[in-house]
Amino acid sequence: MTPVKMHTRALNLFYGEVHALKGVDLDMPEQCVTALIGPSGCGKSTFLKTLNRMNDTIASVRISGEVVLDGEDIYAKNVDVTTLRKKAGMVFQSPNPFPMSIYDNIAYGPRIHGEKKRIVLDEIVEQSLRDAAIWDEVKDRLKKPALGLSGGQQQRLCIARSLATKPEVLLMDEPTSALDPISTSKIEELIDELKRDYSIVIVTHNMQQAARISDYTAFFLLGEVVEHNTTGDVFSNPKDRRTEDYITGRFG
Amino acid sequence: MNNTNHGSITQKRRRPSEILLYGLIFLLAAFLAALVVFIIGYILAKGLPAISVQFLTTAENPIEETVGIFPSIVNTLYIVFFALIICVPLGVGGAIYLSEYAKNKKIVGAIQFASETLAGIPSILYGIFGFVFFCVLLNLHVSLLAGVLTLTIMVLPIMMRTTQEALRAVPKSYRDGALGLGATKWYLIRTILLPCSLKGILTGVILSVGRMVSESAALLLVAGGSAMYMPRGSVWEQLSHSGSTLSVELYRYAMSRGDNSTAFGIASVLIIIVALLNLLTRFVAWRLNKR
Repeated sequence: MTPVKMHTRALNLFYGEVHALKGVDLDMPEQCVTALIGPSGCGKSTFLKTLNRMNDTIASVRISGEVVLDGEDIYAKNVDVTTLRKKAGMVFQSPNPFPMSIYDNIAYGPRIHGEKKRIVLDEIVEQSLRDAAIWDEVKDRLKKPALGLSGGQQQRLCIARSLATKPEVLLMDEPTSALDPISTSKIEELIDELKRDYSIVIVTHNMQQAARISDYTAFFLLGEVVEHNTTGDVFSNPKDRRTEDYITGRFG
Repeated sequence: MNNTNHGSITQKRRRPSEILLYGLIFLLAAFLAALVVFIIGYILAKGLPAISVQFLTTAENPIEETVGIFPSIVNTLYIVFFALIICVPLGVGGAIYLSEYAKNKKIVGAIQFASETLAGIPSILYGIFGFVFFCVLLNLHVSLLAGVLTLTIMVLPIMMRTTQEALRAVPKSYRDGALGLGATKWYLIRTILLPCSLKGILTGVILSVGRMVSESAALLLVAGGSAMYMPRGSVWEQLSHSGSTLSVELYRYAMSRGDNSTAFGIASVLIIIVALLNLLTRFVAWRLNKR
């Protein structure tokens, strides 16, 4: 068993009165892809957002339990959220490049964390774009607006933007749901490459995608983790009846 | 299967209601355009003959009986410039606080309601307030400075409103993206929110300039109604003296002297100044956007 990068214990989350996550215990191993599957509204996106505290901005959210990254509780009082989000970057459902040049999009994260030197930034930009498999498509137009790229390119740009802060964990919230099949397969190949260096947690609605790209799969239902195992076991030998019903398409 | 009762798609059908509506909207638009052209044309036609080098570059001289509005032009530009310097940072800062930082939604609502009300009250009320507060209580006397401060509080609600609208229009995905990369709130505001709302903020500036340039009632009370002397002394000295702006002069010439040709001359200069200020604002926006 590979070492655990992140884990949660007895994680509860409330939106006002709504109990959205119910005592979630989940281990996310290092340099593996953990897929979170489940029907809409089951709490998987909410769970993902608790992993780098993106729920902090919502006033009505209350959280209890532990979320641990490299042995440190990320909800501890003295945690610097900026550093946390540098370590655990997020890629969102629909591509959201900023209305600035491709270069400035990638350099945005490093600049937050104080990097000013042009030479260093140039290098980070190139490396991140290469790692996100989009360098060849954009290398001649780095100064052009990022919003001029196609949807699939924008999403790879956003992945590159996350990589630029040199994170250790990549949180992806249905990163291909707004994309066409070709762009989707490019991003899936990319995820397969990236797991050599990063621990990846990905929310997906697409069961085949989870089966193709992930090492571990957790099945969420009504705010609880019903089943969590290696992807092979979850899909070929589900222990829980509800998991079986879901992955065979009987509901969801 | 093409012998249905829909007819051929190449045969254009007339839809009377469509044509009628189109005609109506066209007429309305034409009427509006004609009205604007007529008003501006009329003012310029009556006013341009009064404009001369002397008119633009000297003060009124009762002995030689010549008319000049140079002091008023300077006063107008002073008031607009200094009021903007105060109210743009205040208005933008206030809007940022209200929409990004303030936690208590009730207080935010109350402030918004108050500022909407303030934006709608007649300007003479600002004049009375400014006179009592700035001229008398703060002992600034009737002066351009009192005028600057009075106009500042008058246009502040406009600046705040337009900036808030602009901030609200920034897509949530930009915020998520920036925060997700670890941006602090201030970094997000500086690098994403403000650049994205620049257009809205400049709209606020244009509206504010329009209100300030056209203001007469309030200024008559707090900044005075004469512009007899050429500007002299330091900027500070000039601000501490009374003086009238173009709109106030316009009122004075038209109402208390019945000198309509000078009034139209001033009106023409006003139109030209407002047009130039708008062009300048657009130019600034264009330059900032390019960066």
